[in-house]
Amino acid sequence: MNANVEAILYLIAAIAFIIGLKRLGSPRTARRGNMISGAGMALAVVVTLVAADRVSWAVLAAGAIIGSLIGAVLALRVKMTAMPQMVAAFNGFGGLASALVVGAEFLKTEGRLVPVEVILTMILSVFIGAVTFTGSMVAYAKLQGLLSGSPITYAGQKIANALLFAGILGFAVWAQATQQSLPFLVVGLISLGLGVLVVIPIGGADMPVVIALLNSLSGMAAAATGFVIDNSALVIAGALVGASGIILSLLMCEAMNRSIANVLFGAFGATAGQPSAPGGGDVHTTTPDDLAIALTYAARRVP
Amino acid sequence: MPAPVIIGIVVFVLASFVGFELIAKVPPTLHTPLMSGSNAVSGITIVGAIVATGIENDTLAAVFAFVAVAAAMINVVGGYLVTDRMLGMFRRPKREESE
Repeated sequence: MNANVEAILYLIAAIAFIIGLKRLGSPRTARRGNMISGAGMALAVVVTLVAADRVSWAVLAAGAIIGSLIGAVLALRVKMTAMPQMVAAFNGFGGLASALVVGAEFLKTEGRLVPVEVILTMILSVFIGAVTFTGSMVAYAKLQGLLSGSPITYAGQKIANALLFAGILGFAVWAQATQQSLPFLVVGLISLGLGVLVVIPIGGADMPVVIALLNSLSGMAAAATGFVIDNSALVIAGALVGASGIILSLLMCEAMNRSIANVLFGAFGATAGQPSAPGGGDVHTTTPDDLAIALTYAARRVP
Repeated sequence: MPAPVIIGIVVFVLASFVGFELIAKVPPTLHTPLMSGSNAVSGITIVGAIVATGIENDTLAAVFAFVAVAAAMINVVGGYLVTDRMLGMFRRPKREESE
């Protein structure tokens, strides 16, 4: 396929993502919006299959069949109440995929001198992808009750995380200078550990914000991967998700009357900040829009 | 013409602004489906995974590509299905109005 045709078709896929996400913002158009976005994804996949110089059909078919089956079974079986953690898990797999794509690309280029900006983007993609993967899995485990939902804290936690991050920077410099796979691999491994450690001190009630943020990260990992393999579909869709995820996590914080810094570094209890009514009842806050949705789609209204 | 990486940065920045603007004012009830829907879009990394299967003569790269394809497909298929299921809850019920 002509590279120009490929770019135009990727653009159409990107437009489908934009329209789809826009329509997800209103209950009446949301379901159709999700389908439009899905059609964009299908188009991007077909274009890639046709345009790629070389594809290993055996590897591709095996991975696609296994992945589709796992994804479909999980999505159709999950209980409605367990949706947020399911989204977290799916998101984690996206981050893992981005990191692995760049890992494979690194192996391909190993031994050849790669421009500085390419190797730095590779390291960035592996870092973000790996943090997204393990961070999302911890979020899943916390909401699923496999891990305690309350914050897990210990002395010197922030210092430990800062040291790990410094370690990543150090190995990144080494990887950049020598272009060897060992420091590159170590960056990936420390990033996996860091992903676990930054999410465990956050309480279960704050997890939706964390999941939105991790979702944003997986978008950025995809965009970075797009820069590495020079693919506009990845760059556009990754940037869309990266930006919308940040806005969404800020909106969620706003709905809870919390700041994002407080959620990430506060290590607050699960019920902190919850208003209480006189007489011990629960207070549910709402917005006019929310109330309208609730009343429109409610099965029964009690006046 | 500027270098491809510069064009990439231009595209990235503009797409980020679109992403910011898309989610300006969404009612909290839709936060979870929206998060799920944009998570499905991040499965676009399947495109990278498909390209990665084409790397020749490297077993480890093939293993990476295989796992990447599987993981990205979990993200794509699971992401869209789960979003659709959530949004299925917003079907207008047939109800008898008593007011």
